[in-house]
Amino acid sequence: SRPTVFIQRDYSSGTICKFQTKFPSELESRLDKQQFEETIQTLNNLYAEAEKLGGKSYLEGCLACLTAYTIFLCMETHYEKVLKKIARYIKDQNEKIYAPRGLLLTDPIERGLRVVEITIFEDRSIGSGR
Amino acid sequence: MKNCEYQQIDPQALPTPTPTPPPHHGNDSDKKEEPKRPRRKWEVFPGKNRFYCEGRIIVARQSGVLPLTLGLILVTSGLFFIFDCPFLVKHLTSCIPVIGGVLFVFVVITLLQTSFTDPGILPRATPDEAADIEKQIDNTGNTSYRPPPRTKEVLINQQVVKLKYCFTCKMFRPPRTSHCSLCDNCVERFDHHCPWVGNCVGKRNYRFFYTFIVSLSFLTAFIFGCVTTHLALRAQGGKGLVFALQESPGSAVELVICFFSVWSILGLSGFHTYLVASNLTTNEDIKGSWSGKSGEDVTNPYSHKNIFINCCSVLCGPMPPSLIDRRGFLPTDDSAQTGGTDIEVPTLATKSEINVCTQGTKGLLESATLPPLLSTSCPQGKPQTAHTCPDSSPAVNSDPSPELSMGCGARHAASSQGDASPSRHTKACSKKSKRAALHIPNTAFDIPVSPTSPDAASFAPLH
Repeated sequence: SRPTVFIQRDYSSGTICKFQTKFPSELESRLDKQQFEETIQTLNNLYAEAEKLGGKSYLEGCLACLTAYTIFLCMETHYEKVLKKIARYIKDQNEKIYAPRGLLLTDPIERGLRVVEITIFEDRSIGSGR
Repeated sequence: MKNCEYQQIDPQALPTPTPTPPPHHGNDSDKKEEPKRPRRKWEVFPGKNRFYCEGRIIVARQSGVLPLTLGLILVTSGLFFIFDCPFLVKHLTSCIPVIGGVLFVFVVITLLQTSFTDPGILPRATPDEAADIEKQIDNTGNTSYRPPPRTKEVLINQQVVKLKYCFTCKMFRPPRTSHCSLCDNCVERFDHHCPWVGNCVGKRNYRFFYTFIVSLSFLTAFIFGCVTTHLALRAQGGKGLVFALQESPGSAVELVICFFSVWSILGLSGFHTYLVASNLTTNEDIKGSWSGKSGEDVTNPYSHKNIFINCCSVLCGPMPPSLIDRRGFLPTDDSAQTGGTDIEVPTLATKSEINVCTQGTKGLLESATLPPLLSTSCPQGKPQTAHTCPDSSPAVNSDPSPELSMGCGARHAASSQGDASPSRHTKACSKKSKRAALHIPNTAFDIPVSPTSPDAASFAPLH
């Protein structure tokens, strides 16, 4: 199968979803360090937004409790909304930055939020101007 | 919950065109019929769970004593509404059935949600991921030598936390994650496996569980109070208690059930309120992870240091999504999830030898830890474990009801498996406590063989 790089989770801030921003050496030839870090940092920020504790999430939680949590059956939670946003962001990043360099980002939700998987495709387009 | 038809069985194999779907999560029978039908991920799920309604509902392999729990609640509440409410409405107020009704609805709904919600199961690592992690771990290179337990240390809020490698799921477990051997899954923020609800209690369904036990405490106490009032009113005027009981025999049953349950349920609610306020899990509390027993200065790194914020974050925080994507379709090459089941086989050999971070000797370890736990003066009654022979009867269609009809005592949590573990005899309890301290967390496999007596002492609630 194709070479793959796995960006693991960063647990230094606890159990929140956060990925390591350390630039893997396998991507050095394909991608700028800045680009990579920006992608991962934006993802981390989005997950932080999904899991943020604040007035809005407490309100949602309390309302859910009062209805014996039945509203979860009909309403889309804040977390799910942000996950959709993340999916759009990843698709966008793939189209703009990663695919042109022969890379593919996999949405971490498809890997149980364990890793960000970056598949490295054989660069057949090397030399051909893009 | 109804069993929805979830797959087409070859019509020529059965007399009726509409099949009665037996719950199973295997994928063998899928291959025989309609090979072109795209399969959903729940059908090849590697853990020991069962799925209903096309993967919408998930339960643990054994339903434990969930039917008993439901039965007791329904029977007690039913008797209450039939025998006590008419009298009390006439003599006191008509609010009583209303309050009782609201509490009853709350209890049943939260119970079902606790049982049927994914507790926060982590999907197993893909083969590529597993290979990548293996590369990063330093191997001694000698295949005959048993490799040391794999752990990784991480600093969380100035606290050193050890992350263990899960041999079944092939990944380093995130903090607060534990592998439940009954369900054969890693569960995030694992609290315990509850046989009463027939499911693990973890990150996603802890709030349902907490609401369930709190509302059940209120319901039990409420019914108990009402029945007492009812009988007292009937016995007025010198008629005596016996007369009152004869007039309302249902109340006697309720009285017995409630009297013995209310203490354990109240105790459990109190214990979990303490856990919520300190942002701890039962698992961590029992193991004493943050209590500083080892003499070091350890504090809970996940606590927000504020009771109110802890409560809010645990109970009203954002609801994380289910990570196992039960209803998603498998990729056409079918290699996504089934890899886990293939890799499991070679690890079984090493499982029994590894005494940390393993599930192989779970049954032995649990029976070793059970006697010390029983010796605690826990007002919640006798703890019971729901352990089982791993994979001994994969095709079991667990139906705990026949076993449950044995008199007022032996409460067999995983009775359907017919597990002849030596500690079973200790479960014959003399008193019928509805909520005994059954919530034994799966600490056994994390503890290197020694019984958890020092930890068990701290299991007493409200400490």
